Amino acid sequence: MKPAGFAYHDPQTVAEAVALLGRLENARLLAGGQSLMPMLAMRVAFPDHLIDLNRVEGLDGITVEQGVLRIGAMTRQRSIERSAAIREACPLMTEALTHVGHLQTRNRGTIGGSLCHLDPSAELVTVAAALDATIEVAGPEGQRDVAIADFPLGFMTPALAPEEMVVAIRIPLWPREHGYSFMEFARRHGDYAIVSAAALLVLDSAGRIARASVTLGGVGAAPLRVTTAETALVGEAPTPALFRAAAACCEGIEAMEDPQAPAWYRQRLAAVLTRRALERAWARATGEAA
Amino acid sequence: MNAGRLVGRDVARVEDAALIRGRGRFVDDIAPAGLVHVAFLRSPHAHARILRIDVAVARALPGVHAVLLLDDLRPHLTDTRLVVALPSPSYRLDLHRPVLAETEVVHVGEALAVVIAESRYLAEDALALIEVEYEPLPAVADCDNALAPDAPPAHSWASSNLAAEMTVAYGDVEAVFAATPHRFAETLHIHRGGSHSMECRGVVALHDVVEDRLTVWSSTQTPHTAKRLICDLLGMDETRLRVVTPDLGGGFGPKLIFYPEEVVVALAARLLGRPVKWIEDRQEHFVSTTQERDQTWRVELATDAEGHILGVRGDLVHDHGAWTARGVNVPQGAVAAMPLAYVVPAFRMTIRAAVTNKVPVTPVRGAGQPQGVFAMERLLDRAARELGLDRAEIRRRNLVSAEHMPYATPLKTRGGIPVTLDSGDYPRCQQMALDEIGWAGFAERQRVALAEGRYIGIGVANYVEGTGRGPFEHVSVRVEPSGRIMVATGAAAMGQSTRTMLAQIVAEQLGANMANVEVITGDTAAAPIGIGGSNSRQAVLAGSSAHVAALKVREKVLAIAGEMLEVAMGDLEIEDKVVRVKGAPGHSVTLASIARAAAGQPGFVIPGGRGPGLAASEEVVIDAMAYANGTAAAEVEVDIETGAVTITRLVFSHDCGRALHPRIVDGQLMGGIAHGIGNALYEHMRFDDQAQPISTTLADYLLVTATEMPPVRILHMHSPTPLNPLGIKGVGEAGVIPIPAAIAAAVEDALSPFDAHVCRVPLSPVDVIAMIDPVPEGSA
Amino acid sequence: MSETRRITLIVNGEHREAETPVRQHLADFLRGTLGLTGTHVGCEHGVCGACTVLVDGHAVRACLMLAVQAAGHEVTTVEGLSLADGTLHPLQQAFCDHHGLQCGFCTPGMLTTLVEFLAEHPAPSEEEVRLAISGNICRCTGYDSIVAAALAAARALRGDAA
Repeated sequence: MKPAGFAYHDPQTVAEAVALLGRLENARLLAGGQSLMPMLAMRVAFPDHLIDLNRVEGLDGITVEQGVLRIGAMTRQRSIERSAAIREACPLMTEALTHVGHLQTRNRGTIGGSLCHLDPSAELVTVAAALDATIEVAGPEGQRDVAIADFPLGFMTPALAPEEMVVAIRIPLWPREHGYSFMEFARRHGDYAIVSAAALLVLDSAGRIARASVTLGGVGAAPLRVTTAETALVGEAPTPALFRAAAACCEGIEAMEDPQAPAWYRQRLAAVLTRRALERAWARATGEAA
Repeated sequence: MNAGRLVGRDVARVEDAALIRGRGRFVDDIAPAGLVHVAFLRSPHAHARILRIDVAVARALPGVHAVLLLDDLRPHLTDTRLVVALPSPSYRLDLHRPVLAETEVVHVGEALAVVIAESRYLAEDALALIEVEYEPLPAVADCDNALAPDAPPAHSWASSNLAAEMTVAYGDVEAVFAATPHRFAETLHIHRGGSHSMECRGVVALHDVVEDRLTVWSSTQTPHTAKRLICDLLGMDETRLRVVTPDLGGGFGPKLIFYPEEVVVALAARLLGRPVKWIEDRQEHFVSTTQERDQTWRVELATDAEGHILGVRGDLVHDHGAWTARGVNVPQGAVAAMPLAYVVPAFRMTIRAAVTNKVPVTPVRGAGQPQGVFAMERLLDRAARELGLDRAEIRRRNLVSAEHMPYATPLKTRGGIPVTLDSGDYPRCQQMALDEIGWAGFAERQRVALAEGRYIGIGVANYVEGTGRGPFEHVSVRVEPSGRIMVATGAAAMGQSTRTMLAQIVAEQLGANMANVEVITGDTAAAPIGIGGSNSRQAVLAGSSAHVAALKVREKVLAIAGEMLEVAMGDLEIEDKVVRVKGAPGHSVTLASIARAAAGQPGFVIPGGRGPGLAASEEVVIDAMAYANGTAAAEVEVDIETGAVTITRLVFSHDCGRALHPRIVDGQLMGGIAHGIGNALYEHMRFDDQAQPISTTLADYLLVTATEMPPVRILHMHSPTPLNPLGIKGVGEAGVIPIPAAIAAAVEDALSPFDAHVCRVPLSPVDVIAMIDPVPEGSA
Repeated sequence: MSETRRITLIVNGEHREAETPVRQHLADFLRGTLGLTGTHVGCEHGVCGACTVLVDGHAVRACLMLAVQAAGHEVTTVEGLSLADGTLHPLQQAFCDHHGLQCGFCTPGMLTTLVEFLAEHPAPSEEEVRLAISGNICRCTGYDSIVAAALAAARALRGDAA
């Protein structure tokens, strides 16, 4: 399990990296390497050129400004997990990270790497979808924004041109008193989820649901926003029955199947985890749960 | 039995000093100057004809020293097949696997070419340049289907896929079943996976051209067998070959097998005149290291109205894999383990081993016994439910009791040796587990939980395990002129503290300083004969030989010292490196001077009157196996919405006779228990219907990690076996054996409101949900 | 394609300089190029944790990092945990005391993982220890003795009586 040969490049700036992408045939970016390195070792990925982003300046960092969280693409999962600012402003992401891999992989793995690898079960991609994130992409013509909804083109395929790279993710923050929950079902701690569910709720002054976000990971090629469930929730008074009804929207979704789990099982998990995530998010919105 | 000065105590392990600092010497740590690296080309097809292999481009790659096919090796081999099967009259096909496949490949991962290059990286580059033209053939993916009349042959030349068949029987089974209305039938699908030692396999071979001697370091549990086979295959004189088992990063069964890679690497070193290394990577491990896999048990239990067992019958279909890499010992061991804990008056099990296009099956920790226990325990749970008996009570009524001991069963081992349960109190052992887990009060706990919407369950399973398979293990003990005590054995250590165990036993008799004892395991140059590691045998066999040899050396030490000190032997004691007069510690002589005296001086009489040298060599022969026993009780909670099974408590009571080192015993059991939890809930070596393996990474094949382990409580009984001088029974495999059965029973109990019926392991969450709420046919 | 690079880095406190193929992973570099065979390779796809080393104090899987990426960084392997006089790190001592190792193959990865963890969590719960080592597979011990060793080491490092 040794990688095939490649030429190695370690640019210092985004401009250099983009220039290399434009110039080199069959090049791949190396971020944290926690997914790409096994693919190289198994010789299922054969880049002729590897462009290492680990020495590129200015690609990491976490800022919260004017209601927007911005995380540089090369920010390690570990830094996000330990960021007090994110725990405060975007606790859904902190909670999701406790499910991502293991201590050693989070020390290297980056948010940009997770977004671009686009594993259907990746927690951070699900969180990005749940929060209506925007992906900042750099290319030869400069920078552009891609809405997370438009980012996945297909199975593990991000909407990036060959000479483009992700430089950051921007997340509009929810009001301070929102409720949130990230739940997943994996076989062992740290495994990719079979299905994950992210839920966010904001209650109005009357205690009704003013805003809701329900997102499923692991059911399809890309995270699925369950808009039918969201619609069913908004304007209603939260009750267990309401959450059951909202969760029932997941039973009809189209789910993928793999050797671990058939589609019917994923559909059931989707409904169960959605309901549980909504209940937890509600408890948090009302201050009844930490 | 009381603890000695060292034996029976938690002394520090001799292995730790090096391992804890990263200074162990595993096979991949051995790097002689001039080393070249090997990679094997392995079949991507489960079954195919090889039409053409073109290695020209690969050979031309810079850094590649050789690309060899069987045709290139043939002139240097006495045989192109590995004839390794244990004797048995049951074989119906000769399935000796080739050194390299030549005309047909019969499982994914079978090697057909070898590349030797400057680095493993380059060797893998060259693999990609070898062109092979295959003609795919129908593959046999499933052992049940393999035996169907219209099944394609797994080997194109074979008339059927029946590798072996045999019947294990005693008593009048038909009469017993005819005479009772209480018959309980089950069809059980029992899967076990690989061993997955954290270290994969590996071989390093070094050819000394000056003396024409070959040294082979192999990650083998059986170096003496490897030596014999390499000598046979290469036509070598025994004096020219040394096989060494270095530190092993776990074995767990498959490393006891002799593999094609071992002879290929040895031969490559001779052909190239360079040291050669092959290190199996994890993906190769999934497709080339032997494993256990599928068994289908169709079994039936007959009892009287009170649940007393009258008889057991049925048949077992066993996935044999594509070749006979060891024998029929796994299904044979499975069937043998089935009735062992209980009084079973009549028994008949038919075994059919089916050839499949998969990597060969050979023992993994437990070696079939978990399956046999699973079958028996599932039948007993079924009988208890239908007879309205408590599940522990039906077992108590049938367990072989202490008054029965020694209990001669009508069974025989694979070597024809009568199976006699030598010692133990099985009902008491079960009761200990039941008391600890709170079996008596569980029904109430379950009722309360159910009222809260929680589904909890409890299960119990018993096992009796044949340990310490004979006939012997070699151990020599020698006091060197330095006063150091050298111990050498044919036993091979794979991480179970074998060197500590032998140092303890020898030092117990010779000064009680383990630091003064050097133990060499697994080196054919240090031990003339040996059998090696398997069957939970090394403490029993090597331990016994070490004990007897140490006593002999002790006797000689004292005789010589007595003459040197002019006191009676009985007045002497050995303390650290000196022999001294009891009560007069100043009056002493060192082990070194005793050894020098025993070494003799020209023209002088050796003191002590016991001949020259201060050494003894022993092969204590123990043919009968020592039967260990135990009980596992598990409590689980099932999430009926996700199918998740959480083991909330696990109690393991057991009896392995005298414990040489209680902490090591616990460690062996805990490792086995973790493995058993994997077999119950996680580990599944999956193949598709064309026998393509689909769980070939450790992300897909789920080994238990620290977060999946439940709270475990281990309880000990110590019934010394009369079969060996130390009273010990093996414990290396015990932990795994009853765990799948106990967990399956607990899950079934938790799901009793749904009338769920557990008849397979491993149980995935999907399986659990399917039991609660079956999905209609055709549902997506 | 066997492009190589000359790299310099600090390994176990020592300045090292060596040539490495750019495709060589850090574990192979440490073991093969530098001869530090205490770091073990168990799966080469980032699951088993046997190859864990500390890079700038952080536990990482050495099979998921190229050696060239370690240039300019500080790497600590199991060989670098004990003191120069041979005194074991309290964690190593605790592993010996609690039978936290059997075959010893996973041990270096367990130790390096726990070194970082205990530095950040001086008084961990048992559950936290289990989570910390959930990316390190051990086939021998069933983990209980490793968890016990880690908790004992935490006490020793805090200066509590055992």
